[in-house]
Amino acid sequence: MTETSTSPPPRRLVRLIVLATAVVALVAAGVAALLVNILERKQEARNPFFRVVEVDDRTEDAAVWGQNFPLQYDLYRRTVDQVRTRFGGSEALPRTPTEVDPRSVVARSKLEEDPRLKRMWAGYAFAVDYREARGHAYMLEDQTFTQRQQVVQQPGTCLNCHASTYVAYMTMGEGNLVRGFERLNAMPWVEAKEYVRHPVSCIDCHDPASMQLRITRPAFMEGIRALKASQGVADYHVNRDATRQEMRSYVCAQCHVEYYFKGAEKRLVYPWARGHRIDDMLAYYDELDFADWTHAETGARVLKAQHPEFELWKEGIHARAGVACADCHMPYRRVGAFKISDHHVRSPLLNINHACQTCHNVPEEELKARAEAIQERIHNLRNRALDALVDLIDDVAAARAAGLSDELLATPRRLQRQAQFRVDFVESENSTGFHAPQEAARIVAEAIDLARQGQLALRDAGVRRP
Amino acid sequence: MAGGRTVLITAVAFSTVLGVAVGLGLYTFVYAKGASYLTNDPAACANCHIMSDHHASWIKSSHRHVAVCNDCHTPHWPLSKYATKASNGFWHSFAFTSGEFREPLRIKPANRRVTEAQCRRCHEAIVAAMDGGHPSARKLECLRCHGRVGHL
Repeated sequence: MTETSTSPPPRRLVRLIVLATAVVALVAAGVAALLVNILERKQEARNPFFRVVEVDDRTEDAAVWGQNFPLQYDLYRRTVDQVRTRFGGSEALPRTPTEVDPRSVVARSKLEEDPRLKRMWAGYAFAVDYREARGHAYMLEDQTFTQRQQVVQQPGTCLNCHASTYVAYMTMGEGNLVRGFERLNAMPWVEAKEYVRHPVSCIDCHDPASMQLRITRPAFMEGIRALKASQGVADYHVNRDATRQEMRSYVCAQCHVEYYFKGAEKRLVYPWARGHRIDDMLAYYDELDFADWTHAETGARVLKAQHPEFELWKEGIHARAGVACADCHMPYRRVGAFKISDHHVRSPLLNINHACQTCHNVPEEELKARAEAIQERIHNLRNRALDALVDLIDDVAAARAAGLSDELLATPRRLQRQAQFRVDFVESENSTGFHAPQEAARIVAEAIDLARQGQLALRDAGVRRP
Repeated sequence: MAGGRTVLITAVAFSTVLGVAVGLGLYTFVYAKGASYLTNDPAACANCHIMSDHHASWIKSSHRHVAVCNDCHTPHWPLSKYATKASNGFWHSFAFTSGEFREPLRIKPANRRVTEAQCRRCHEAIVAAMDGGHPSARKLECLRCHGRVGHL
């Protein structure tokens, strides 16, 4: 009884002190973690980057730039990822490499998915091979090994947007960018390919001295100059006159646009002299009487729409609100104390948190559902437009086989050209209409009407559907 | 007595650890400009780079001349004001140290209630007229429509 009265209280006290020590030690550890964290952030904030190698106007390899900017470079390398969204992107499909095409992974063929596309492009290389889009990392490889290369001889012009060409232009033009551009365009693709080595690289968008955004593609310089002239802005030099926020779209618009190859020298031209809307571009082509090819089934002189993301985006609400391509496709990402642009360029639907929610304070699922609802509607409209177009192609081909004169076929063929350019515009544009939903719906709706008008024109010419 | 020595040893160990914690805490407090958090200076809220954008967008907002961070983000009464500061200070430190937080940053419901109450405190006359007298009338939330007055 005496023991319990003397020794237990100290034991209890000891236990209490040990417990308190453990708690305080834990707090001390937490404070130390906080201190180290603050220290790290302060250090990072002090040094925005370390220049460990010199990069200059001839440094093409992104890996060299990557030594100075490892965070951006790591993200840039991730454009190898193949991820599907509901209507876009691609998944990696295994493939048995052959001697002509050593790729072991490709994207799914859109032609097999939707054979109507083959009908639309009959007689053109796209009817042979056309696949789902892969990331920037694959641009050169995919162009090198597409079967389109085997059926036609492509000009060097194609490389403008399938490789890092700035250094090649400067080398070939002996310091004159535009002369180098002209020389590369005029070469056969196989020959021109010898001058390039990398897919799009840092130098294609960044000035190596200041890291500011910079336009390096003469075709865009000329195109935007013509577009500005059509709006009453004379003598526009993009690298001198564009704002920083405009540049965050313009560097992308060096490639994500509608274009054609002009004349025998195959000069890359963006058809914006009358404006950037589809009607303006079609009027521009009509005035030149330009056609990409003659349709194999109908004999119509038709156009291939490319990937007019920039033009469609300009018609949409986001462009109107001053939101640039990079705001959604390269949103900021925080790495320690740094805030950097996400150089893993990809669909905002794969990164809704950073891409959309910086502005839209709405749950992620709701934003995704909203985007997909828009895309589904445009996709369904596009399906109807493709049906209408194929119906018209069937009818014109049948009338032609039955011996209808070129004179009477002229109107249906012209309507095919107009309808087809519109369907192709929305089909080849990479947002399934999201960049400007109402404009996309207008374009496809007009395509349906024009295709059916073509059928009516045949009926008026005395052709009966079988 | 053995018990007495044990008490002594543990007490010394405890004071050592306590001393380390207090020293480390004081050093961190000074190094992280802890005293500035007790003031109303908006620059203090942007000590930590993560709030730079919020600070910058406040400078461009309509309320920049009439309200600083604390006017909207802490309650008016001193006790609850410092309690709110302490709670946010702890959870911010915890989140940024552990890295467990979601971007873009979003205000938590409790902090949103503080801000809502502060809207109503300054704009009491106009709010009273809008709410009406009946206790069952559903109150409108200022922030639902005016969420951008503090940050552009």
